[in-house]
Parts: sequence; C-alpha cells; structure tokens
Amino acid sequence: MDHWSKASEIAAAVSAGEASAVAVTQGALARIAALNPKLNAFTATVAPRALERAQAVDAARQRGETLGPLAGVPFAVKNLFDVEGLATRAGSKINRDGPAATRDQPLIERLEAAGAVLVGALNMGEYAYDFTGENLHDGPSRNPHDLTRMTGGSSGGSGSAVGGGLVPLALGSDTNGSIRVPSSLCGIFGLKPTYGRLTRARSFPFVASLDHLGPFARSVTDLAISYDAMQGPDADDPVCVDRGVQPVAPLIARGADGLRIAVADGYFRQGLFPEANEAMSRVTKALNVTRDITIPEALRAREAAYVITATEGAALHLDRLRTRANDFDPAVRDRLIAGAIVPASLVVASQKFRRWYRERMLELFGEVDAILAPATPCTAPSIGQQNFVLDGVELPVRANLGLYTQPISFIGLPVVAVPVPLSPLPIAVQIITAPWREDIALRIAYTLENMGIAAAPKPLL
Amino acid sequence: MLGSPEDLDPFIEAACAALGLPADPAFKPAIRANLIVALRFGADVAAFALPDDAEPAPIFRA
Repeated sequence: MDHWSKASEIAAAVSAGEASAVAVTQGALARIAALNPKLNAFTATVAPRALERAQAVDAARQRGETLGPLAGVPFAVKNLFDVEGLATRAGSKINRDGPAATRDQPLIERLEAAGAVLVGALNMGEYAYDFTGENLHDGPSRNPHDLTRMTGGSSGGSGSAVGGGLVPLALGSDTNGSIRVPSSLCGIFGLKPTYGRLTRARSFPFVASLDHLGPFARSVTDLAISYDAMQGPDADDPVCVDRGVQPVAPLIARGADGLRIAVADGYFRQGLFPEANEAMSRVTKALNVTRDITIPEALRAREAAYVITATEGAALHLDRLRTRANDFDPAVRDRLIAGAIVPASLVVASQKFRRWYRERMLELFGEVDAILAPATPCTAPSIGQQNFVLDGVELPVRANLGLYTQPISFIGLPVVAVPVPLSPLPIAVQIITAPWREDIALRIAYTLENMGIAAAPKPLL
Repeated sequence: MLGSPEDLDPFIEAACAALGLPADPAFKPAIRANLIVALRFGADVAAFALPDDAEPAPIFRA
C-alpha cells in the first residue's frame, strides 16, 4: 500500500483489516502537504472531517459490518462542488466571498456512503471557462510529469492530484472537455458520462445545456466502481433523469471481442501532433480496428458548442460582470462580455443544429458500438504558452486544446479518456459510445489497460 | 458583412450599454476579438439549412 495504490486496492485492504482507513487518510494528507506546494492541485483540505470519516469506517469494520466498495479511499473534488463548510469558489475570486456551503454535493454524499473519504477541494480554471488548468487567482495547477507544463483544464487540480498520486480518485466537471483534456495531459483515466447521468445538484454551473460531472482515476476499475456508486436519479438536477442504476463494474472484464469499433476520420485527423497520431495508432492496432467513420459536421458541432457556451455562460454571470468586472480573470471576463452580446438568433440556430447532429450521431451508433478519437492535439504545452501551430495555422492554446472533445460533449455522449504512456509525456484517446452505454467504453478501456496499451504513468516527484 | 473589426465597436458599445455591462476601453480589443469568433462560428452554424419545423429540444436528452 503506497501513494500509487489504486482505489480498489485500498478498499480491499481496508475491508480486510490489512490497512486502516485512518492510516490511509493520514498518508494522503501527508503527501498533499508535502507535494501540493509543487503541484498546486489543492485549494483546501478538510483534514479534521476526513479523519473523523476514516475513523467511522474503521469503527464499522471493527463492529463486523460489511464496508462499501470504496472503503477508506481518499478522494477530492474540483472546487465547484459544494463541500459543507467551504465557499464554493469555482476557481473565482468573486465566489470566495460567498457563504460556506451547508451541505455536500450529492456525488460526495454518494461516494462517502460507499466508504470513501473526502480530503479536499481542487484547483480549476476560473468558472470552468478554460482548457489550460491555469488560474489567475490561485496560480496554475501543475503537471506531475513536468512541473513547467499545463495540466489541462478546467479540472486541472483533479488531473494533477490523481496523476501526481496525491489521491487515487477525484471528481471534476466537463462542459466541453474539462475531464478529458486534463486526463490526456496528466496521463490518467477519465469518464465523462452521458449527459443527465450523474447529478449536478449543488455544483456551481457553467453551461446548463452542456455541463457534466464525472470521475478521474488511475485505473478503469476505479472509474467503474466510483461511477457505480454515484449513479441514480436526483430530483434536484432537472436533467438527471429518473433512470435506474446500471452497474458497470461487473461488466468491464467482458472484453472487446465482437464490438464494432471505428476510428473517427476527417475533422479528427486534422491538426494532430505526431504524439497524438502515435497514441491513436497504438490503440487502433491493439484493438485491430480497421474501419474509419465520418462524424458529420463535426466542425459545425464544435462551433455550435462554442456559441452555446459563450452565451449561456454569459447569461449566468451577467450580474457579476456588471458589478465586479475587475475581479474576473480578464481572459474569462472579456469572453463572457462578448458572449452576452451575441445575437439570440445564433444561439437558437446552434440549439436547432444540436438536435440535427444528435440524430445523425445516433444513426452512426446503429453501425458501430464505439468510435475512437484523439483527446487532445498534443501533449501538455508549457504553462503560459499562448499559441500552438496546428496544420500550419497558429491558434490559441486556451481555446483549441478541446478541439476534439467539444463535438462529443455537445450532444452528451459518454466518453472514457484512456492515457497512452508515451515518453516523455502521456496523451489520451477518447472512446466514445452511444448514450447510456458507458459500459461499452469502459470494457474497451479495460481491455487496453490489460494489454498495457493504456496506463497511468507514475511520475518522478 | 464587416469591413474591418473596428466596425463592430458601435455595436459593442450599444449592446453593452443596453445590458448595463462595462465597456471599459481597455476591455474592448479582447471583447471584439472574442465576438468576431463567436459571430463567425454562429454564422457558420446558421448557414446550415434546416427546415422551419426543426425545433431545438426544450429539454435536451442525450
């Protein structure tokens, strides 16, 4: 048992009495104290609460109770999740003036009901409008594989904390790619579930039409266990449908044989750096995938997602823009002000297009079970890097790291990002499936993990 | 169509005033640059022909 242990291994050891939840929690808190000055992943820890919770887990075991599947597993959440006693800062300066949350976000409650132990809140891009993991107010979260490089965002602290071995499990949000981009740059597994699958109640929103919450981990099993613990309807989130729990952990070892898998071509092959091509090549060869498939109008899908994001995000922040404009990161503020004055007709056109695009994508999933696509065009850029060159065109890093993730979350499809441990830096591939078929994406991810093609590389810290 | 990016400035000023948003001159170049991208993307989406009865889903379901 060490800092690189998986959540499933910790839970098994705690359940068997081979390790105490208190010792595991103390170990995680000590590692956070030692390494957070380098990684800047955490913006708050909740040590007294964590130790109390861990003691309760140990006491339950001593009473002979059966422990949950995440017994004694330390975890942390992006700081847009409500944590009782903390202001939900959502990466901003403004929100930290708000009142402390009076109740945990429901996914925290569900993970703790399964035995997990919340240890803190994580750094993120301001109001989640970010793909870099940089934050003007809290400083950038740092990539555990190279501290001078970006984590990706906006769930940058989540990527850094799991990739750096501070915790085996973290939660983040993904509106346009904010789980999948940090998974790629930090070399960890990430699951963005189907839109409406996991409750977003008591999390600070960004774009209601596109917001998702989901887990990060260093193994597929850990993604599946945590995801299963978090499923279930919630009347407090209008899009968290009244859908029964569909456990995936018992299914992931079924393998990928018989699944119809294709590689996205066209838009998803443009602008790739060599390392992204190498990762795609390794995954497609390992799975013997020979079929290409065209996702229709992917560029327009990205453009429509951009318009909806800018305008809904602006509507959310209109009052804060009026009254506290100078307390925003200027890069966020000026995008939001621009979003506030985009004509409504373009927003409606984007929402109409979204429905058309969804129908075409569902037709594709009549032909195939899963689609592979790159997660990011490149490995982690340097912190502060403004531009990169894609297919000979210089483009802003901040807006374009999510080039390949935006057209997928736009219609809420489930995706597992699997890290390919290239040297010196990892990069991920997206496994995309039909709505509600997280099980298929996780089966393919598990297959790749068992083949050694996908893995979370251990950093030297 | 726009002749130059600065052609947007009267629109930015009027729209910000109508919404009570700050139109600090120091903000304007970045607002303009971001607005140009959003308008270009939005125009591209709007140019995709869909029938009048192709309504958005009021509550989106994946």
